[in-house]
Amino acid sequence: MSPEMINILLSIMTASTPLLLAATGELVAEKSGVLNLGLEGMMLVGAVIGFATAVHTGSASLGVLAAVLAGIAMSLVFAFLSLTLMANQVATGLALTIFGTGLSALMGAGYVGTALQPLPKLTIPALSDLPVLGPLLFHQDALIYGSFILLIAVAWFLYRSHAGLVLRAVGDSHDAAHAIGYPVIAIRYAATAFGGGMAGLAGAYMSLAYSPSWSENMTAGRGWIALALVVFATWRPGWLLLGAYLFGGIMYMSLYIQGLGVNLPSQFISSLPYLATIVVLVMISRDRLRIRLNAPACLGRPFFAAG
Amino acid sequence: MWLGLEPRGQRSAFWTYGSPVLALLLTVVTAAIIFAALGQDPAEALWTFLIEPLTSASGLPELFVKAAPLILIGVGLSIGFRANVWNIGAEGQFTLGAIFGGWLALRVGEGSGWWIFPAMLLLSILGGMIWAAIPAFLKTRFNANEILTSLMLTYVAQLLLLYLVTGPWKDPEGYGFPQTAMFGDGATAPILIPETRLHLGVLIALAAALLGWLILSKSLLGFQLRVLGSAPRAARFAGFSEAGLIWLSLLLGGGLAGLAGLFEVAGPIGQLTPSISPGYGFTAIIVAFLGRLHPLGVVLAGLVLALSYLGGEAAQIDLGLPNAVTGIFQGILLFYLLGCDVLILYRLRLGRKQPPAKHLREASR
Amino acid sequence: MTDSRKTAEAAGATPLLQLDGILKQFPGCLANDHVDLTLMPGEIHALLGENGAGKSTLVKIIYGVQEPDAGQIRWQGATVQIANPAQARRLGIGMVFQHFSLFESLTVAENIALGISDARQRKGLRSRIAEISRSYGLLLDPDRAVHELSVGERQRVEIVRCLLQEPRLLIMDEPTSVLTPQEVDKLFDTLRRLAAEGCAILYISHKLEEIRALCHEATIMRQGKVVATCDPRHETAEHLAELMIGSRVSAPDRPASSQEEKPVMLEVSHLSLKSDRQFGIDLKDISFTVRGGEILGIGGVAGNGQSELMAALSGETLVNTADAIRINDVAAGRLGPAQRRLLGACFVPEERNGHGAVSAFSLTDNAFLSAFRRRSLTRLGLIEGEKTRRFADDIIRLFDVRGRGVRAEARSLSGGNLQKFIVGREILQRPDLLVVAQPTWGVDAGAAAAIHQALIDLAAQGAGIVIISQDLDEILLLCQRIAVINLGSLSAPRPVGEVTVEQIGLLMGGVHGAPPQEQIKGEQPRVART
Repeated sequence: MSPEMINILLSIMTASTPLLLAATGELVAEKSGVLNLGLEGMMLVGAVIGFATAVHTGSASLGVLAAVLAGIAMSLVFAFLSLTLMANQVATGLALTIFGTGLSALMGAGYVGTALQPLPKLTIPALSDLPVLGPLLFHQDALIYGSFILLIAVAWFLYRSHAGLVLRAVGDSHDAAHAIGYPVIAIRYAATAFGGGMAGLAGAYMSLAYSPSWSENMTAGRGWIALALVVFATWRPGWLLLGAYLFGGIMYMSLYIQGLGVNLPSQFISSLPYLATIVVLVMISRDRLRIRLNAPACLGRPFFAAG
Repeated sequence: MWLGLEPRGQRSAFWTYGSPVLALLLTVVTAAIIFAALGQDPAEALWTFLIEPLTSASGLPELFVKAAPLILIGVGLSIGFRANVWNIGAEGQFTLGAIFGGWLALRVGEGSGWWIFPAMLLLSILGGMIWAAIPAFLKTRFNANEILTSLMLTYVAQLLLLYLVTGPWKDPEGYGFPQTAMFGDGATAPILIPETRLHLGVLIALAAALLGWLILSKSLLGFQLRVLGSAPRAARFAGFSEAGLIWLSLLLGGGLAGLAGLFEVAGPIGQLTPSISPGYGFTAIIVAFLGRLHPLGVVLAGLVLALSYLGGEAAQIDLGLPNAVTGIFQGILLFYLLGCDVLILYRLRLGRKQPPAKHLREASR
Repeated sequence: MTDSRKTAEAAGATPLLQLDGILKQFPGCLANDHVDLTLMPGEIHALLGENGAGKSTLVKIIYGVQEPDAGQIRWQGATVQIANPAQARRLGIGMVFQHFSLFESLTVAENIALGISDARQRKGLRSRIAEISRSYGLLLDPDRAVHELSVGERQRVEIVRCLLQEPRLLIMDEPTSVLTPQEVDKLFDTLRRLAAEGCAILYISHKLEEIRALCHEATIMRQGKVVATCDPRHETAEHLAELMIGSRVSAPDRPASSQEEKPVMLEVSHLSLKSDRQFGIDLKDISFTVRGGEILGIGGVAGNGQSELMAALSGETLVNTADAIRINDVAAGRLGPAQRRLLGACFVPEERNGHGAVSAFSLTDNAFLSAFRRRSLTRLGLIEGEKTRRFADDIIRLFDVRGRGVRAEARSLSGGNLQKFIVGREILQRPDLLVVAQPTWGVDAGAAAAIHQALIDLAAQGAGIVIISQDLDEILLLCQRIAVINLGSLSAPRPVGEVTVEQIGLLMGGVHGAPPQEQIKGEQPRVART
């Protein structure tokens, strides 16, 4: 494999990681029955807070941590409104995105144009010298490793642990879960907060590793694409990985083609990821039965414990 | 202390309308706190934001000019949201309306004719409808979620507009700026009151609200939409066509958003540029909720949100605050509104977790 | 009080459970009004009462799902506060819910694991499931997803889940409403065996014969209060009913019918339909006719194709051949609900809130919902408000719907009153054919009697009626002929007088007792096929 190919693959990994992180978090939230459409807003706030923290402290790790906390804080606003006060989850998610877009623009106004070193690569000795696989698998920044570890951890949690079983049960029937004594709302709060933290992490990846810089609306719809990915994966972690890398690939290709100087307006190529999202969504959704078999039955439905 | 919710069993008429008022008050209080945090005198900042824009001679007409697109889109969205059709791509449909209408304006140039502007109106409606027809088709034929498809199409619409104004439609005499030529007089929205920017779109927005109210509250069609939104199975039981109603909601919302787009570019802006909307399509979502998904409420809510735009501009000029403040306040307003709406179906109970021992047994019979 | 119980108490045996002055208030109703109850070990104790009498609330309090506002619970003599179901399970209380607390998308083993709070007890679960199911004859395949199971099998999952924790008290909430007569017998065997082993059983029901056959002691509740305790074996069903309802409810008058001369209102021939729902049942070659003046009952255990049949008849699902369904001698299989109504058919679906009525809408709007065509309540596409209000008012008046008038939201009505409203709305459209699913499900006795009478009167006026019901007593009371639906197939309708309950039970699918492996291969692949 030529060095150029390896570079392309590396760039695809970088483009895919924020999608994978955000979608992994949303998957957990949706498995518990919570549909949080505020991913985009949480990612933006995570991106700007992570960036600002890294600029001021000089520590990328603190930046990442701050972004995660910011994402969690945002998701708790969502959780309070939609879980405690039972507001419509679709509307609340939209409000979160509108709010997050404004908040990140306000906070980030002073950071536009500031540059930062990208996240350092973690090199695994010896293995990173392997041809092809070395640079791809063993010479990456921590969050790329993290995205894989977190996905595997989530898959293990959901399907191998009792707590994960409880979480899926809450998403399947909150009434039954309540009847046998599980704290539905508390479990959903936790799942929502995890989704928020992951969205913050995805935002931090955008501003600290992918760009690395801050610009208004820099996520450019990735939060929404991550939401579509969860549907694409029909709520299964393995497919999430495939989908995130497929879309990372498409995003990278649209940049790559423009770089080649193809005689096509750049805007047409830039719209590819969005059009691809629609196409993929249609392909998956047309199989209604499959969606219904896999979608958490209580997704988006408010729960009120009488008595 | 313990805070609990108790179902009322029935909608509270008082809180249906009280909730937005309370939400507005809470937003103003929060805004004052945010201003203070940003180092401003809260009273002065609130004055600048809420009152000052209305004090000048052009204040009120400008408010309506800003409100017109919000009302047009908001009416369409509230009809859709009532039917549980979540068209959140109005921004894209707005853009397509501007492009379709703008195409004719650019074709005729300085030419004149009574038919030009009406034709632009029809084209803009068509443009918005086409863009909304895509999610409608994908939803009814393939079950694809309209939230995601309509939103993705918004990004595509913006890229399409950018392509046109930087490419084929770019004004050769525009000093390289990404914009088209100014529309000719025959392709500009008629002004209602001389010396102001108050254009025909304002009147049409009010008419749309009135018509929307008639449809939603008085007609069989509106009834069907409301049933579909509240209880889809009951709609099937009654024999209403779900696919037809989804199509209708999206086409209506798209057409109105397209019309709003046209009035922006043929009105205050006068040409096509890459940024023809300060997020009207998204703000209109807030307008729809604040207006209780009721077309007449949408008019009031449209004026309130229009004020937030004017206030944001005033705050930017007078106080040097970034424009993003507007978006934050809009988001906070929607948060408060959604939170306060809990009071419509539930009453708050403070105190110990002990209901009063009053016997209300008869009421359940 | 029974002799054995007297001796036990005389011997100073401690009651297993003692409730003292339990009070529970909900907005708008006092669900439990100073309820006392004493339960001895090994006793099968009936909790008897109508829908809404407060039975379910009381057992939820015992199981820790709800907290009482006042009163005392004593467990083996010691005062306890049961804060949540996990604590109830630790004390040794198990519960089988009326609407099962199972998770459709999860497997049997996962469902059982979810009911066990102690992590240590979850070790080696599969072998213990196998052991329990063997020793009590409750056969289960731990790896099957719950949505593939029959209702009887689902109940078995719940029972096994309880038994795994070796309960000292087992609460069963209306366990037989979903079972065939044969399955009921089998359940009773299991319960008697458990009681003999010393486990107390609190058995909630409103079915009097069952209670007389099974229970040693009965506590009867009415409107939140305990109105009597007795030994049901020594009482007549009539007396128990009187205690439960508070007054005599007379059986509806049944006019002698002569349906031979009347025209056929509904003809279903070779109706087959693939279900498009997730856990649906395919309809297989269903044929029957209903003449004017006749009431046909379709019995069967829940989930055997009733909702699919209802959807096919009402037009919510279209069938492929127009001729499969003929209404008033017009091929209607390809017509939607609106056109079928114009042909003279009206429908009452099983689910009231969200299907037969919109919960958030006023009664006026709900009157309009299905009646605007036959009652012509629109003009030029606009709703005729005054005319609709008058129609809603007529329904409320003629069918004694108690609520806050035409402006009340449907959700503010009690189940019985809303059902009367819906049935009234359909009947006042003067249909030639009325298809009703579960006409009195979850409805109090007074409303049930009113609905039964209204249906009989409608038939007497010449309409044909189909009643799809899981309540066999109801069908036997109202219908001239009965057919049974099982796994999507309908038995040939037979006159009610010519079949025994046992025969009906066999038609319902008999005992779902075949070993799980055979079920997978054989009779019931219940998943909808793609």
